[in-house]
Amino acid sequence: MAASPYFSLAVLFLAALGFGLAPLGLAWLWGRVFSPPKPNHIKNAIYECGLESKGDAWVQFRSAYYLYAIIFLIFDVEAVFLLPFAVAFTGLSAVACVAMLVFVLMLVEGLAWAWAKGVLTWA
Amino acid sequence: MDEQLKIEMGKQGVFITSLQELYNWGRKSSVWPMQFGLACCAIEMIATTMARYDMARFGAEVFRPSPRQADMMIISGTVTKKMAPQVVRLYNQMAEPRYVIAMGACAISGGPFKQGYNVLKGIDRYIPVDVHIPGCPPRPEALLHALMTLQKKIAGQPLTGEDRPRHLDAEAQGEFPVPHQGEHDLVPTSNQGVWPVPITIK
Repeated sequence: MAASPYFSLAVLFLAALGFGLAPLGLAWLWGRVFSPPKPNHIKNAIYECGLESKGDAWVQFRSAYYLYAIIFLIFDVEAVFLLPFAVAFTGLSAVACVAMLVFVLMLVEGLAWAWAKGVLTWA
Repeated sequence: MDEQLKIEMGKQGVFITSLQELYNWGRKSSVWPMQFGLACCAIEMIATTMARYDMARFGAEVFRPSPRQADMMIISGTVTKKMAPQVVRLYNQMAEPRYVIAMGACAISGGPFKQGYNVLKGIDRYIPVDVHIPGCPPRPEALLHALMTLQKKIAGQPLTGEDRPRHLDAEAQGEFPVPHQGEHDLVPTSNQGVWPVPITIK
């Protein structure tokens, strides 16, 4: 087993697992053995806050927010992709350039659609 | 433990301690305050945590935004009657052993607003306060002094017997009733177990 080329990886994996789990286990043990148990119904509330929680957590958002999602994608996510695209532009192959252009044009289409719909007009 | 013997051994380079001292030393050096400000005193509290006054020297710089991770509450400012239930509820949610510093004239008595209809005349009516700091507002040095006073109090607590800290006393009260808004005032107007109503003689 020790001869396997993956043996060192397995050892490292176990060490990493132990590194993560040992503090959790110690914290659990400390909590069970030493921490003073003084629970009350306010302390055990699901959400810690000065105000009492009211209502349901399963709130539905209005579907009209999809517009914000699209606009965010166009102006924010596109900018994130455009910067590395511009930096690596001279070294790009034609295929990569076309792939990027397809992505940009798809977002431009979204912009044209939002523009035509009048979303960008401040009203 | 004999203090003289301890000093003598210390001179010889042998450090002696008791479990109680070690336990209390750990407790007093890691008081985690709750990140929670009520009024103008909170500005002084913030200044205390910053580089100039540096509360970190006392192990109390880790301001936690959740009561579940905090064990010291600094009542920094005026407690209005609208805010009092929230303060008491947050106190109930804090981890044991928990401490309270009432900072400033408002928190300890209502201060300049004592005659007001909407200000609580001291947070000690609902929760046990360990250290009161007068001042309007108290300077950061005063808050540091309050913290040191609290540390002294923690260090002096025996782990057994009558005066043991509340978290080691299974009988001690863990929940403090949260007042609610009544028709004219908070109901109840004070927690009798914490603050016996003074008798007025006319």
